[in-house]
Amino acid sequence: MDFTLTEEQRMLREMLRDFADREMAPIIPVLERRGEYPGAIVRKLGDLGILGMTIPEAYGGTAFDTVSICLAMEEIARVCASTAVTVSVHNSACAAPIARFGTAAQKKQYLPRMARGEIIGGFALTEPGTGSDAARLTARAVRRGDRYILNGTKSWITNARIGGVYLVMAATDPSAGRRGISSFLVEPGMPGFSFGKDEDKMGLRSSVTGMINLADCEVPAENLLGEEGMGLRVAFSTLDGGRIGIAAQAIGIARAAFEEARRYAQVRHAFGGPIASFQAIKFMLADMAMEIDAARLLAWRAASRKDLVESGGYSREAAMAKLYASEMANRVCYRAVQVHGGYGYSKEYNVERFYRDARVTTIYEGTSEIQRVIIARGLLA
Amino acid sequence: MKMELDDEHKMLRENIRSFAESEIRPKAAESDRTRKFPHAEVRKCAELGLMGIMVPEQDGGAAMDSLSYVIIIEEISRVDASLGVILSVNNSLYSHPITKFGTPAQKKKYLEPFARGEKVGCYCLTEPDSGSDAGSLRTQAKLQGDRWILNGSKVFVTNGIAADAAIVYAKTDPAAPSSKGISAFIVEKTFPGYSVGKPETKLGITSSGSVEIVLQNCEVPKENLLGEVDKGFSIALHTLDGGRIGIAAQALGIAQGAFDEALKYSKERKQFGVPISQHQAIQFYLADMATEIDAARLLAYRAARAKDTQDRYTLEASMAKLFASEVANKVAYKAVQIFGGYGYINEYPVERYFRDARICELYEGTSEVQRLVISGQILKQQA
Repeated sequence: MDFTLTEEQRMLREMLRDFADREMAPIIPVLERRGEYPGAIVRKLGDLGILGMTIPEAYGGTAFDTVSICLAMEEIARVCASTAVTVSVHNSACAAPIARFGTAAQKKQYLPRMARGEIIGGFALTEPGTGSDAARLTARAVRRGDRYILNGTKSWITNARIGGVYLVMAATDPSAGRRGISSFLVEPGMPGFSFGKDEDKMGLRSSVTGMINLADCEVPAENLLGEEGMGLRVAFSTLDGGRIGIAAQAIGIARAAFEEARRYAQVRHAFGGPIASFQAIKFMLADMAMEIDAARLLAWRAASRKDLVESGGYSREAAMAKLYASEMANRVCYRAVQVHGGYGYSKEYNVERFYRDARVTTIYEGTSEIQRVIIARGLLA
Repeated sequence: MKMELDDEHKMLRENIRSFAESEIRPKAAESDRTRKFPHAEVRKCAELGLMGIMVPEQDGGAAMDSLSYVIIIEEISRVDASLGVILSVNNSLYSHPITKFGTPAQKKKYLEPFARGEKVGCYCLTEPDSGSDAGSLRTQAKLQGDRWILNGSKVFVTNGIAADAAIVYAKTDPAAPSSKGISAFIVEKTFPGYSVGKPETKLGITSSGSVEIVLQNCEVPKENLLGEVDKGFSIALHTLDGGRIGIAAQALGIAQGAFDEALKYSKERKQFGVPISQHQAIQFYLADMATEIDAARLLAYRAARAKDTQDRYTLEASMAKLFASEVANKVAYKAVQIFGGYGYINEYPVERYFRDARICELYEGTSEVQRLVISGQILKQQA
């Protein structure tokens, strides 16, 4: 049982904390209010190796261990949850499955450019009618000569419009149900590919979320990732890792809200003293700090387990981390707004943004309900 | 970073679990009903070194680390939380301060036989009018010749009914402000003026022998002062940091015990044509219980590692204690819910777990005191 970070991990955390405070913190609130994607920041994160965290060094990546990915996600999310989810989807949901299931040619084609940040990756599983029940997707892929023809609509796609490659799940054999789904590497330039309009979201307003329309979209046969029928396996393989990333994102948001609340509580005076001198406020801060630590331990446990075992051996740990961290982030941000009083309800203070950003963490990469289903299945097996 | 137990600690857990299942579980419900101090079970634990888990070998202990301590207290509490706290008090509140602050002579006399479990120790801080505000205690100690004369009354003394010696906190400088001028003494039950009141009738942990201890002109030899005169309160606080890890472990054991019962029952009990474990409402309870137990365990393990590697571990210990004790209550509550009416009767152990869990938020610092400790630390941390 060893809770200590390596020297490298500590340095990574310091480096990113410094980068986030210096380069991101001054401009993110402005961009967020305008709903702008922080492209320049994402490019700089690419220079720091953050867009190649799941990519092997042979393909230009930095091949971080999962604990390091957690540290990076937390530090980035602490200043900008939108940037964090952009990075998380790119790394965990697109680059990681290419690295794991891709042919040498596929890896060579996409991974070096992804690692450098020349192209951003996305993940297209969800459809307007299928969220948690992903296996019932309706997008179709039909083989025609040396290409597949894809038809369907994918929704809630993080990194829509800004991405250069999307991992798209579609049914090649609808009669085979879950085993009839395949995954494809689809580029926006391919004939029949178009983006719908961006979603106007409550939070994460600096991340782009949109729809992908596939109308007789022509995808070269060599862009099939893995084999036909493996699509759900490919998709689900990304989820455990993705969930650890979202747990870390939620922890970053919560920590930011806690730090703001702690700072505010010491400068805001009422009834003759700083509000931090009142037990009501102290107790909220204590609960926030404790729950953040509990969530971080669950996330680090899942991450360190992922680094130890083959895939599949950490599903429960990842689900627990994601469930607890996301629920915790909502509680912590709620309290941070409460500590700020009316000012917390104003966009003048960051906690207003954190409160909105936290809300999605119990929804995407598997809702809290889906996490509970996964955990219970493991317990009852 | 490797947040899994190594083989040695895993094996320890297996051994203690099988010991607890075969030697402790059969008597747990009966001890709860009769409210009798489990002398026989304490002796069995002593044979395994569980009365002096972290005490050095030369002082009669098992010289294990704090992580082992958490594992042991969890596993014992998983079947009998009264026994869990009996061990925790003898280890954390009695043996630890003597290990850390005792003279060689004190260790020989008051640590060795207690670490070996031939004798039982207890801890006397709380008084009728001084609980969370421990610094306001009123028991007095006056030096007369070569002995201290103690006067006062101590309550809720776990193990008190069976204890051969107690660590007693008393004011040695009556003029000093609250929490100052307090000293710690090692007091034997046979010293003149030491008397044991009748056992408290408690909601839970009914067999842990909690009593009032009255000191009436109690004569304590001068050499039984523990640590320095007037410096006792820092011993008390230091002791409580470790004690809180023990209570976190106890709470963890109660939670795990309640969860294990609920999980098993949910697979056996059928309603609406299927085991209730197939209903999502029950599944979601189980998922939340398991998640929170795991988080509590990680906090407790972290505190244990901090105790072994850091000088101070106040924050880690308080977080572990607060979180685990609240989890124990939530989990025991849900376990009773899963059992329905059967959870409300003593035919099943969850009724006992539900009562036992309640104390974890009260003793060794209430949840409110933990929040004061934690907020004090985090407000200090800020640059």
